[in-house]
Amino acid sequence: MSVVAKVCGLRAACALALVATLAAACGDARPGDATTRVLASASLTRAFGELVAAYEAAHPGASLELHTAGTPRLVLQLREGAPAAVLATADRASAQRVVESGRALGAPTVFATNRLAVIARDASVADLADLARDDLVVLLCGPEVPAGRYARAALAAAGVAVRSASDEPSVSAVVAKVRLGEADAGVVYTTDAAAVAGELHGFAIEGEAAPRIEYPLLLLDGAEGDPHAAGFADFVRSAAGAAILEAHGFSAVGASGRGDDA
Amino acid sequence: MTRVGRSFPRGLAPLAVLAGLFLLAPLAGLLARVPWADLLERLASDAVLDALVLSLQSSLAAALLVVVLGLPLAAWLASGRSSLRAVVRVLVTLPMVLPPVVGGVALLLAFGRSGLVGEPLARLFGVQFTFAFAGVVVAATYVALPFFVLTAESGLRGLDARLPTVAATLGASPWRVFTRVTLPAVAPALGAGLVLAWARALGEFGATITFAGNLEGATRTMPLAVHTALESDPEAAIVLSLLMVAVSAGLLFALRRRWFVGATTR
Repeated sequence: MSVVAKVCGLRAACALALVATLAAACGDARPGDATTRVLASASLTRAFGELVAAYEAAHPGASLELHTAGTPRLVLQLREGAPAAVLATADRASAQRVVESGRALGAPTVFATNRLAVIARDASVADLADLARDDLVVLLCGPEVPAGRYARAALAAAGVAVRSASDEPSVSAVVAKVRLGEADAGVVYTTDAAAVAGELHGFAIEGEAAPRIEYPLLLLDGAEGDPHAAGFADFVRSAAGAAILEAHGFSAVGASGRGDDA
Repeated sequence: MTRVGRSFPRGLAPLAVLAGLFLLAPLAGLLARVPWADLLERLASDAVLDALVLSLQSSLAAALLVVVLGLPLAAWLASGRSSLRAVVRVLVTLPMVLPPVVGGVALLLAFGRSGLVGEPLARLFGVQFTFAFAGVVVAATYVALPFFVLTAESGLRGLDARLPTVAATLGASPWRVFTRVTLPAVAPALGAGLVLAWARALGEFGATITFAGNLEGATRTMPLAVHTALESDPEAAIVLSLLMVAVSAGLLFALRRRWFVGATTR
């Protein structure tokens, strides 16, 4: 008898646990909760982490949730219905695709720019043309990633033929493999190069070959009825936001900047 | 075919059905979005064929290495009980539970150009793993080895100990006992382990992209091609995913007698 009671009790407990888990899982996905979900390109990870923390510190009651991933992954997640209020991408084309998907509120505005840089283990890599050397293992991001697209455009513009040893999935993967010594040089953003300046050689890609790298910000359908979404977007473009972006190596573009031509 | 001891309590049916549906849902989601119109054209592209060939080559090479290296290890593990064996078994199981990307980083630090083992190998023999096909095979072997070793060991341990003993009593050498008596007796377990290891090698992603890189025609296997396509052309990713499902399911089905030991009617 007691065994039966135990089994029944166990079964009831399991059923309750299952229901509770399902309810919690559903509750998480419900739109209109108090959390403001911010999606940002992987290259913004450090800067946006600080921006989110600063905004939350200045606005008690605001609860921001930062998700960072490669820009194409973010666009895919949004296309498949991921709930989000703010999106910052590493290129205009991706932001435009989100606008076309109908999930954007308003037009994208550029809030920051970035530049490309070459990082290398050896000081002998001092010029873009050096990347064509046979004795070097050079890494670029794949052409499907904005950083890879920009790098290939810059190298093509400079007339330098580079054979990338691998189409790396992210700038951070390129940085990691050069740091570990698996590759001799790589093309990344200046913001990433700045973070490893003490360890690796590097130089920014300037002049004709330098692509225009712009980071647009976009309010998404999840921002409706959430004052903190627009509030955070304004904060990113404020003087305080600009200071944080500049500290991470970006060039900030203020609200009155050239971001309105999207 | 219902046998005593294998009856199925009706009360479990709803959860069993739920489990089945749960496993079916991702496949259904994939199938619902396949661009059937230009499927063949997409499948016949060089990039897809390159990735498929690379995947089959690397996973089969890994499966071969897994048997060559794994069988002696499994035989030793099964041959007794000691704390050393317990430690080695943990070591063997580790690649199974580690996130593959951690395995990839560890492989880089060991077999990379400036790695612990990779540096002397590159200096003395000019062998290179990073960004090379050899790296794909090493990554796949690393993650697949535990599946074979653990399955083979459990098969060897389950073997009726009287069989090898009788053979030895009849004058067979240890080597002859192993190859003529022990191995044939545990063949189903070895087959099951091989299929599991091969399937794991075929699906390997994290360690590969971290350790071997991602270059079309050299190291971009099917899982890496799916990942890469997902960033630029989700439809292409769906086509590649469908192909992976078809290849994996087809091979598992073909080898089902080996994998589901005793589950098929003979």
